Amino acid sequence: MSRLKGDEEDYWHASKCKAFTFEDEDEDGLSQLKESKRAVNSIKAFVDEEDEEWEKFTWSGEPVGSISWSIQETSSSRGPESRSFAADKSRPDVSSSFYSFPRPGSFSSLFKGKSRPGSFQSISDAFLDTNIKYVAPELRKPKSEYQDYSGDWSTEESVRRMQRGKMCSMERFRSLKEKLQLLDEAVRLHDGNVITAVLIFLKRTLRSDILFRELKIRQVALRHFIHLLKEISDQQLLMELLRFLEWTEELALCKYREHLDILDAEERRDFLKSKCIGLPFSSEDAAHVQDHYTLLERQIIIEASDKHLEASGQELFRKHPRKASLLFKPLVTTLFYSCIYHYTEGEGTFSSPTNLRKTFKIPEKLYVLTALAARAKLRSWVDVDALFTTKNWLGYTKKKAPVGFHRVVEILHKNGAPAQVLQDYIRLVEDAEMRISLATKYKCHNVVIDTYRDLKDRQQLMVYRCKLDRGSPEEEKIDSILSNMQIRWKN
Amino acid sequence: MASQRLDAPELPDFTILKRLARDQLIYLLEQLPGKKDLFIEPELMSPLDRIANVSILKQHDVDKLYKMENKPIYTNSDQLCFLIRPRIKHIKHIANLVNEDKKAGVSRKYKIIFSPQKFYTCDMILEQEGVYGDVTTDEWLFYLLPLDDDIISMELPEFYRDYFLEGNQRWIGTVARALHLLNSIFGPMSKVYGIGRCAKMVYDMWKELLEDEDIVHKDRKPDLGLVFMIDRDVDYITPLCSQVVYEGLVDDIFRIKCGSVEFGPEVTSSDKSVKILLNSQDKVFEEIRNEHFSNVFSSLSQKARNLQTQYDKRRGMDIKQMKSFVAQELKGLKQEHRMLSLHIGACESIMKKKTKQDFQELLKTEHSLLEGFEIRESVSVIEEHINRQISPIESLRLMCLLSLTENGLVTKDYRSLKTQYLQSYGPEHLLTFSNLKRAGLVTEQAPGETLTAVENRVSKLVTDKAVGKLTDAFSSLAKKSHFRGISKKLGLIPRVDGDYDLRTPKDMAYVFSGAYTPLSCKIIEHVLVRKGWTGLEEVTRLLNNIEFAEQLAERNSFSDSHRTIVVVFLGGCTFSEISALRFLGKEIGYKFVFLTTAITNGARILESMTETKS
Repeated sequence: MSRLKGDEEDYWHASKCKAFTFEDEDEDGLSQLKESKRAVNSIKAFVDEEDEEWEKFTWSGEPVGSISWSIQETSSSRGPESRSFAADKSRPDVSSSFYSFPRPGSFSSLFKGKSRPGSFQSISDAFLDTNIKYVAPELRKPKSEYQDYSGDWSTEESVRRMQRGKMCSMERFRSLKEKLQLLDEAVRLHDGNVITAVLIFLKRTLRSDILFRELKIRQVALRHFIHLLKEISDQQLLMELLRFLEWTEELALCKYREHLDILDAEERRDFLKSKCIGLPFSSEDAAHVQDHYTLLERQIIIEASDKHLEASGQELFRKHPRKASLLFKPLVTTLFYSCIYHYTEGEGTFSSPTNLRKTFKIPEKLYVLTALAARAKLRSWVDVDALFTTKNWLGYTKKKAPVGFHRVVEILHKNGAPAQVLQDYIRLVEDAEMRISLATKYKCHNVVIDTYRDLKDRQQLMVYRCKLDRGSPEEEKIDSILSNMQIRWKN
Repeated sequence: MASQRLDAPELPDFTILKRLARDQLIYLLEQLPGKKDLFIEPELMSPLDRIANVSILKQHDVDKLYKMENKPIYTNSDQLCFLIRPRIKHIKHIANLVNEDKKAGVSRKYKIIFSPQKFYTCDMILEQEGVYGDVTTDEWLFYLLPLDDDIISMELPEFYRDYFLEGNQRWIGTVARALHLLNSIFGPMSKVYGIGRCAKMVYDMWKELLEDEDIVHKDRKPDLGLVFMIDRDVDYITPLCSQVVYEGLVDDIFRIKCGSVEFGPEVTSSDKSVKILLNSQDKVFEEIRNEHFSNVFSSLSQKARNLQTQYDKRRGMDIKQMKSFVAQELKGLKQEHRMLSLHIGACESIMKKKTKQDFQELLKTEHSLLEGFEIRESVSVIEEHINRQISPIESLRLMCLLSLTENGLVTKDYRSLKTQYLQSYGPEHLLTFSNLKRAGLVTEQAPGETLTAVENRVSKLVTDKAVGKLTDAFSSLAKKSHFRGISKKLGLIPRVDGDYDLRTPKDMAYVFSGAYTPLSCKIIEHVLVRKGWTGLEEVTRLLNNIEFAEQLAERNSFSDSHRTIVVVFLGGCTFSEISALRFLGKEIGYKFVFLTTAITNGARILESMTETKS
């Protein structure tokens, strides 16, 4: 513990968040909730009769008539022929009450555009007069009708036109200088869409190494170009570019990324082996990629042999059927799996936990946590004990854990460990306060009582006594302790 | 806080934006007269639901509705209309369909409506696939979706990754046009404050739009006065903290999507899920949305008691009274009752989930990171999280917080945490880490903190404003978070004697249990109070000097509008920030309107950093 501990403790207990916790011991909040729930439920009898509001919601909770709802409807109706609305009379017609705009047909007349601004008045009584001018142009004819190839625009004007969404041909700009002017102007205006448009044009009309050279000194444009290539999956040109830029790590990652698209395990393994290992990763990442390959290779071997064992009806697999294939799972999951199905195997086999641990240099803490979770799940308490037992040179055994024993207790509890096992491990929790709180939480009375006795805390013992059942052995135990004259109580 | 409390001005009614969008959609549908099938992009479905419904589409000759999926299409309609985001994947899919039809000799009309706009890349793909001309295209300029009285979302979650990770500026013009539209209906706004490179670019583009305009409407009384624009990467800390105000918690746990949430059976305590809208119309929600979670219980129980009393009123009523009770109050009471039971269910479910994941310890770790205490212990908590394979996103979130608050991880920690992460959640996260590094979310401290040659060159490039070649390409390399310095200067960690009173909070820190004031909101507060950046030089220096303040129009005489501020979050805003600013607004008599590219939270930000198969 650090020397700040004192401060910290003060801080957390004396102030701020103490008022409210998310611990389940905090009964205040929950009881309030329960009370409210009771109150609300008691009203139910009156309300539940029939709820017309509820009617508008379907089983999926989507309001009837909503778009998401009707799409689910159409997609769930089988076959290529989906239901048409016209034929569907059973659906409540919400339109009449909901929708009070003019009937179909009248809309296009309202949106003829600037030429007849007066027609806006009819639907936009809520609009202020001045607004119309700004809104109206947005509603005009589709942009495609603006095609305009005749203009003799300069590079600046061309870029500006494009920014306004007007069609503009760049074909006239044939000199490199003009092409770059287009690009620089687009970058100056910050419009990513136009930058990309110019890049598409440059990609088509310039040799790639010339384009690369110019992009190298134009970082914003370069980013756009890389993103464009990613989006259109032009992997080849992208790799060429990264090679040109000498962005070696990016290059390696870019290649490595391709494995995500390979769904077959053996193909992916081969890809990792032949295409990825040896790429110019940072030394750290190179090791990760090597591990990635080794892991997948292992998984393929283990999966094949276990599938076989499973089919042949081996007991372990029958008792604890596999839920999913091991392929593509993370290392920790693989270790967990191997602790379930291959715990006792020797280091020599690929599937044994010891082998995995050694191959991937799994730290002790991680190994113990994972093994603990797996063996506890199988309720193999002997294995659990063995995980923490060490012998010193005199042959005495001692329990030791790389993580706090409070964590061990928690994991054991989660896996339904019996009271006796839990109790043994709670006793190993060093901090007395935490020991008491855990023991109270999991109802290991003996541990609580013994701890209070060791703390010579008579008052707490008496308080705890009240919480126990009358005449229980625990109560007797407390009584006998309390009557022990040899203990020098601190209170 | 302000000595005299001014009453905050009324907010303008933004529902007109919905009508605008709906009318334009109808107009576009009518451009393709006659019966047609409509294919809708999944991500556009919820926004569309907020402004239209099936019967409206039906009235405009939409025959069948489909979800746009990468699947073959069976239909015998001779007109197909596609409503999509400008994504290559969809365009290729449509092109395939057209080509299949051509091969089979089927002749149909096709129309693609891009929302909110078409990109030049889209045309390129159509051309390459040989269907340019066979397909007509159009744009549905649906930029602004009012999710609530004070929240307008552009529903563009991809803005974040596109700009902050890939450095693509294609949405910047979209935001500028959205602002322009807002200004032309509710403006003219008179002043702009901003911080961040993206904010500055949005402002530049918007200014151009304003200059293009011939009409100046000086004499109109504006509803909106000021704009404050902020880039998400100015403050990454806030969205990466666990949310503890009710609306934020609901978002973190159930994911609020386009203003609505789906509560599963564990909340409804029945076998069905219920989808409800979460906004100010829901009176129960309205009262608790901004509350710290610890206050929600008592609010709800108070509500439950009130409801009981109101129901009890019916006892001893005569027929006439009963009749008017049923006619006038019952419906409202029933609705309230329904919402109340849902929110109580949601609280129970939140408590259950949070207890199970040891939320208390998580919060403690977050708070120590924010304060810079006990870093080693926090590192081991994170390690344990990773080792036990607790949620990959939570582990990543804590790592990011560690890196951002500590100005990068020391090499030893960086390597060991990364290795453990890959072992626990899969080696392919190598790509995630590369992305995180690029975005500046998890970085490795350079040994001795000396700038390498590359960094020097790059940071020169980045700060070289005069050349006009501002670059984001390497922003992460050049940028250090400097959180500790900023936090100290702005007093983000409140020092209080005794308990922080969460019931009647005194400052915005309540949204994080009194442990931390959201950086983004604190900056906004300072600038508003000081009416500019003067006095904040030290802070803005640590934030890379990318702040600006510009007068848009002459100060008009309508002082009221100056107290209505549009806060533009570029890259997303969290519910905690919204709650904090709503609180601030009440304190100093301002009204905030939130314009965000999307609602975000830590999980969404981090999910957008992962790579998936293409």
